[in-house]
Amino acid sequence: MFAPQFDYYRASSVAEAAALLEQHPDSKVLAGGHSLIPVLKLRLAAPSALIDIGRIDGIRGISEEAGRIVIGALTTHAEIAASATLQSGATALSEAAGMIGDPAVRNRGTIGGNVAHADPASDLPAVLRCLGAEFSIAGSSGTRTVDAADFFEGLMTTAVEEHEILTAISLPSGSSGQGSAYAKFSHPASRYAVIGAAASVTVADGVCSAASVALGGLVPAPVRAAAVEDALAGKALSAGAIADAARCVGDSLDDDEVLGDVYASAEYRSAVAHVWVGRALTAAAARCG
Amino acid sequence: MTIPVSISVNGRRYDREVEPRLLLVHFIRDVLGLTGTKVGCDTSQCGSCTILLDGVSAKACTCLAVQADGASVTTIEGLAGDSELHPLQESFWNKHGLQCGYCTPGMILASHELLRCNSDPSAEEIRHGLEGNMCRCTGYQNIVRAVRDAAETIQGGTS
Repeated sequence: MFAPQFDYYRASSVAEAAALLEQHPDSKVLAGGHSLIPVLKLRLAAPSALIDIGRIDGIRGISEEAGRIVIGALTTHAEIAASATLQSGATALSEAAGMIGDPAVRNRGTIGGNVAHADPASDLPAVLRCLGAEFSIAGSSGTRTVDAADFFEGLMTTAVEEHEILTAISLPSGSSGQGSAYAKFSHPASRYAVIGAAASVTVADGVCSAASVALGGLVPAPVRAAAVEDALAGKALSAGAIADAARCVGDSLDDDEVLGDVYASAEYRSAVAHVWVGRALTAAAARCG
Repeated sequence: MTIPVSISVNGRRYDREVEPRLLLVHFIRDVLGLTGTKVGCDTSQCGSCTILLDGVSAKACTCLAVQADGASVTTIEGLAGDSELHPLQESFWNKHGLQCGYCTPGMILASHELLRCNSDPSAEEIRHGLEGNMCRCTGYQNIVRAVRDAAETIQGGTS
């Protein structure tokens, strides 16, 4: 498969990339290329130019600042999966990154490219929604920060405007008594999420004091499962309590929004979603230390 | 538009002018004539185009040649020494880790990545590490044996 023709510009700074995006209407940002290049080859997009941000210093790597973990947009899935900081502070994220594609894909694909593409079957959006991520978006007039709740707007649509670049994603560092996990029903061929469930729970005095559950894969943009979260409040996280709460997931899904395809219908996904929510909650509860 | 690129492949530097849309796998196969690297699915699922890009595995069908400008690429042609096969090549031969051979270059370079990250993998870890490479002939049993055999050879054990 051959992509349509496009021009190519390599940016050496975020400011230069923002300027190039303004100079070239209908251009697209290229990082690792693992979301964009398949789209180009299928001719689902035909940008006039690609602005390659892949070599910009300072927007790659994982650091801790003021109680938050900051992940540069160019950080690869392999780096996220292997990060000790994320394994302890945001376990669900490193776990989900390690389930993306395969080792060669994880060596090249980046978190920024993944979430800016916002494929509903992607793994990271649900995890970032669950963990309360914030997204730093740079443009020619400066940088702004957007919450996960506002970042993912719909099917392959985010808050990043045409001339802006996602530069970093930050998460709260995990707190004591908190654990998180990601459970995924993988498509057997593509490994994309048919259903992805991310859960974070905090246990204090033997009962659940905070819970966050988000779903991806079966909805156009990740959604929080408030009904599940409410059902866990104040409960000891027993197998029975988790199963009962997980069964509330349907209350947080809009039947008209649930996605279906030839592999898994919307009705099927809705019917089994509670299984993956339960698995994510069970793993998260076991990690509350 | 064409872009000048300088890409080192198997230790030799190549300076070429390429279209931005040229995929790295087509640069390797069609521009340089190194046809060991295969194009299978062309959608980054099958792994037959796996190469090493600056020492780590990558799928060359999902990388533009311009992205590899300045990088060092290793293909199956560059894995063997002057007169000796790489232990992975020896093991795939000895353990019958191939039949038609189409997936083999990618399978061997993905195995190279696996052993780089884990020099003593279990059979389970080998299967997991090669999940991005498909073989439609062998049923994988002999591929797993071959990688295990190569790991033992590289570690200096008996094979």
